Amino acid sequence: MYSNLWLIPFFPLIGSIFNGLFGKKIKNEAVIGSIATGMVFLSFLVAAQNFFKLLGDTEKVHELVMASWITVGKFQLNWEFLLDPLSAVMILVVTGVGTLIHLYSIGYMHGEEGYYRFFCYMNLFAFAMLMLVLGGNALVMFIGWEGVGLCSYLLIGYYYEKKSASTAANKAFIVNRIGDFGFLCGLLTLFWALAEKGVWTLNFVKIAESGHLLESGGLLITVVTLCFFLGATGKSAQIPLFTWLPDAMEGPTPVSALIHAATMVTAGVYMIGRMNGLFAMAPATMMTIAIVGGLTAFFAATIGLAQNDIKRVLAYSTVSQLGYMFLAMGVGAFSAGIFHLMTHAFFKACLFLGSGSVIHGLHHAYHHAHLHDDPQDMRNMGGLRKKMPITFITFLVSTIAISGIPFFSGFFSKDEILWWSFGSTRGHWLLWVLGAAAAGMTAFYMFRLVFMTFFGEQKTDARAKDHIPESPFTITIPLMVLGFFALIGGYIGVPKILGGANRFDAFLAPVFEHAQHANEIHAHGTHATEYTLMAVSVAIATVGIFTAWVMYIRNPELPGKFVARFEGAHRVIFNKWYIDELYENVFVIPCKRIGTFLWRGFDVKVVDGVVNGCAWVVKGVGAGLRYTQSGYLYNYAMAMVVGVVVIVGFFIF
Amino acid sequence: MEAILFYLTATVAIISALFVIKCRNPVNSALNLITTFLCLAVFYIMLEAPFMAAIQIMVYAGAIMVLIVFVIMLLNLGLAVKSRYSHGLAGGGFLAALTLLVTVYFIKFGEATGTGGEITSEVISSYGHTELIGRAMFVDFLLPFEIASILLLVAIIGAVILSKREV
Amino acid sequence: MITVNHYMLLSAILFTIGTFGVLTRKNAIVLFMCIEVMLNSVNLTFIALSRHVGNMDGQIFVFFVMTVAAAEAAVGLALMIAFYRNKDSIDVDDFNMLKW
Repeated sequence: MYSNLWLIPFFPLIGSIFNGLFGKKIKNEAVIGSIATGMVFLSFLVAAQNFFKLLGDTEKVHELVMASWITVGKFQLNWEFLLDPLSAVMILVVTGVGTLIHLYSIGYMHGEEGYYRFFCYMNLFAFAMLMLVLGGNALVMFIGWEGVGLCSYLLIGYYYEKKSASTAANKAFIVNRIGDFGFLCGLLTLFWALAEKGVWTLNFVKIAESGHLLESGGLLITVVTLCFFLGATGKSAQIPLFTWLPDAMEGPTPVSALIHAATMVTAGVYMIGRMNGLFAMAPATMMTIAIVGGLTAFFAATIGLAQNDIKRVLAYSTVSQLGYMFLAMGVGAFSAGIFHLMTHAFFKACLFLGSGSVIHGLHHAYHHAHLHDDPQDMRNMGGLRKKMPITFITFLVSTIAISGIPFFSGFFSKDEILWWSFGSTRGHWLLWVLGAAAAGMTAFYMFRLVFMTFFGEQKTDARAKDHIPESPFTITIPLMVLGFFALIGGYIGVPKILGGANRFDAFLAPVFEHAQHANEIHAHGTHATEYTLMAVSVAIATVGIFTAWVMYIRNPELPGKFVARFEGAHRVIFNKWYIDELYENVFVIPCKRIGTFLWRGFDVKVVDGVVNGCAWVVKGVGAGLRYTQSGYLYNYAMAMVVGVVVIVGFFIF
Repeated sequence: MEAILFYLTATVAIISALFVIKCRNPVNSALNLITTFLCLAVFYIMLEAPFMAAIQIMVYAGAIMVLIVFVIMLLNLGLAVKSRYSHGLAGGGFLAALTLLVTVYFIKFGEATGTGGEITSEVISSYGHTELIGRAMFVDFLLPFEIASILLLVAIIGAVILSKREV
Repeated sequence: MITVNHYMLLSAILFTIGTFGVLTRKNAIVLFMCIEVMLNSVNLTFIALSRHVGNMDGQIFVFFVMTVAAAEAAVGLALMIAFYRNKDSIDVDDFNMLKW
């Protein structure tokens, strides 16, 4: 059976505890790094074993109850794990990509202060993320949900001496908290709604079984799913809560790759997939999700067009790709969304790690030349393809994959999403337009990044340019593995129309099929339409790439002219549509005002007044009463006798 | 006969108790206290409780009083130098009178309930007082008895610790 | 005829004498002896009433009172010795370090 499921989150927990307790004493980077990596690798092996067992199994849903947690009346809550195709895919992605990124970190974090701390947090993150995806009921999932938020906070604030890093960590945590609030509201409302119908449970399987008790499309289920979706927007950086993700790039690059690209930010998508039965019953919520996802994909892509920081471009690209996944979820293409989640994990992790490799090399060179230039600014790069061939090739493969060029992994997943957003019963052609436009912009800004970084003249400071090394093997090996998967990862889900069997879809079908059938969600349309859409999206991507080539290779002065021409538009995009400033003025400053008022007006005067008043009264009474404490024994004895006489007298008379 | 014995012994007990609180010299107080204890032992015998009388003499008049006299000698106290009484004399007298009043009132109007129990004079004379005590103590009150032994152990340890010069 | 009330009255008088001594004497050892007088008066009550109601329990209680008195004597006298060592006196008016 699947009784060793608990080992999957257990290994990273052990690694985390070990490194947390003894890492400081050990000091040996090789030991710390290999323990952390090894633990995640072990859980990868267990995950793979379970995955293949599940693959050959006819029964696709398995629950493993570890222990009872809460028992109140009819309500029984267990520590339980749930293995079905959805969580099986997720654990493979989390542990697989996680292992590679841990391996990468060994080289990347070399010589950093608090090396053990980094690996302790990373393992803790892996543990929390695995609890999230394996959790058999919503509360175990919530533990993981909070755990990954905590680890995200800790890792963004890894360089806590840096003001910007600690601020970014706070921002991520606080924004996530808004989402968590939504998640909890949804959870409790759902619990209440089901309890009203006589089903006392938070178990996912039972929720799925008894979802039909709620009125389909009713107010209650819409509220529940919208609350859950708010939770998902927080964790997965969607409009309106996406502002924290770009700032989260203050953390070390492996963190960005693991947490803010491949795994944690997809938790929202996973959660919607996990509760697809409920979401499918609420068309209004689905529509909201699709619109929010589409808009996020579009707006994040526009912001990505004008950023100069290599990691920020990738961050906005992540937000945009997450938007795609939500678009997929919103139009009912659950398996397409999860498919994109997986391919995105490969190519985006590869992209982040590649950018980390570039930053690492430049940092090294600047350090060598005693310069303090920004190693993340693309305007200081260029021509790196000869210096870092492995990084370049893997980066290029991943860029092609994310742009949606045929026969790379991103093409299959992105195209399936676009097709569903057009042809699904819950889709609309406007959603397709949003998605296709975002795809074009993605192709543009990703190739802009590649051209600025790896092609053209080398714009690095002359004193440093000859000291840029290719990164060590611990860095390049994960790059190559991830690049390989970015290349071929899509072939498990080749759509039927291209002669494939879409095995990925078939594998996940047991999880999603029921909800899709019950709510009549399916994509319809002729093959001709499907081919046309595919051709159009490929054409758009090609146009994007070509534009980037024209602007950054053939006529490098063109972007300058372009900016000068459309100065206003550029400024808006460059400043991220002034969303941060808007939030600052609409939410943060009023909150601060209210806080200041409550502090100065209420807390200092009323609360402190009451507290200090109590103290003053006690002090005054005590000052009076202390004269009764003479210290002479007979006084006390007399008081005692008086008391006895009074009590006995009271009973007698 | 019984009444004469009672009043005589009671008078001795009260007078010696008064001397306990009156004497200047603590040694005199201690000797008067022994007299009071012996009087009480006589009462216990009159109440058909010879075992209690025996341990009254052994534990109180014997062990505890020896300990007290021993300490008095050890500390070499002599006469009370300043005044014997503290200045709470009036208050103490008042309260003592009040206590007496309350208890006397209690005795006069109080009523002992549950009288006519199984331990009558005949039972005592047929079984013997000691056997009855022993049976009650080791059957009904075994746990309190064991706890009392622990208490004594703790008291021994406490006394040793307190009187050591350096802990 | 000597009734239980005679014993009770005697016990009350002894208790009062003891109380008065505790409240007025200054010598700690005398004070201690006064407490013994009070305890004994209570013992007398117990035994008298035990005979009156025909139940052994009161006498058992006396036994435990004696146990406690013995423990109290041991600890109390040790305390006095310890105090005498510090203060060179066992006058309770010198036991006034507890006040403000």
